[in-house]
Amino acid sequence: MKARVHVTLKNGVLDPQGKAIGHSLNRLGFPEVGDVRQGKFIELELAETDAAKARARVEEMCRKLLANTVIENYSIELVG
Amino acid sequence: MKAAVLVFPGSNREGDVAQAIELVTGRRPQMVWHGDGDFEKVDLIVVPGGFSYGDYLRCGAMAAQSPVMAEVKKRAAQGVPVLGICNGFQIVTEAGLLPGTLMRNSHLKFVCADVHLRVETSQSLFTNRYQAGQVIKVPVAHAEGNYFADADTMKRLEDRGQIAFRYCGPDGSIVDGRGNPNGSSSNIAGVFNDTKTVLGLMPHPENAVEPMFGGTDGKALFEGMVEALS
Repeated sequence: MKARVHVTLKNGVLDPQGKAIGHSLNRLGFPEVGDVRQGKFIELELAETDAAKARARVEEMCRKLLANTVIENYSIELVG
Repeated sequence: MKAAVLVFPGSNREGDVAQAIELVTGRRPQMVWHGDGDFEKVDLIVVPGGFSYGDYLRCGAMAAQSPVMAEVKKRAAQGVPVLGICNGFQIVTEAGLLPGTLMRNSHLKFVCADVHLRVETSQSLFTNRYQAGQVIKVPVAHAEGNYFADADTMKRLEDRGQIAFRYCGPDGSIVDGRGNPNGSSSNIAGVFNDTKTVLGLMPHPENAVEPMFGGTDGKALFEGMVEALS
């Protein structure tokens, strides 16, 4: 089974990289782009067949290492 | 004062801080490799600057989970003083020894410059050789020094006097973010834990200890620790 983890900045946390990306897109001829938030995508290969167990383990991984919960949120998607 | 300086793959200021410690104590600190789960008993643990683990995932995130940091957390809980400088500040926040976190500089650029700092308190084992309100000049060199903590944590830091240093103008003013090189909340350059036995700061006092480096304002930090811990 695979887990796909998205790590994003919490609402209200300033995202200067997202802002810079937005400005660049506007300059490149994409005026429709408004607010941009960037984050991380992490794919994990898991030796686990039970979805509930896998989710609980990945939650723990997110809290311990993959996300800094002071400023980041995470979401988990299980595949396969 | 017996000190240990941690060394991670990618650390690069461990020699600078070891030299600063030797300058004020006359003895070389013990250098401790990140994979060592145990090391000699010391009076002070220093987590130096650099780019531990290539800043992978987040600055300090990987180093915070290393065997040596598990031991540092144990000793910090027993009251052993810990000083985290620059990447070391990022590592100790990631390890949960200090509140908040260090984000990308608001202007997205690496900043390498001398900055002015206002010493917020002299009531700590790290800052006892300074006066509260004193302005000192030391260098910074980082891309992720933008201190952030949620509103409740910020209030607690202010109320309990846990802010050690703030970026300021040459006259000590912090109005309108004066002297702030990275967008840091409330101009914070360094914070203590609630017992003031852990200090993390982005600037490099170890690079301002001898006149040939352009200033000696950082030396009192090391002298103060020696006085408190010897």
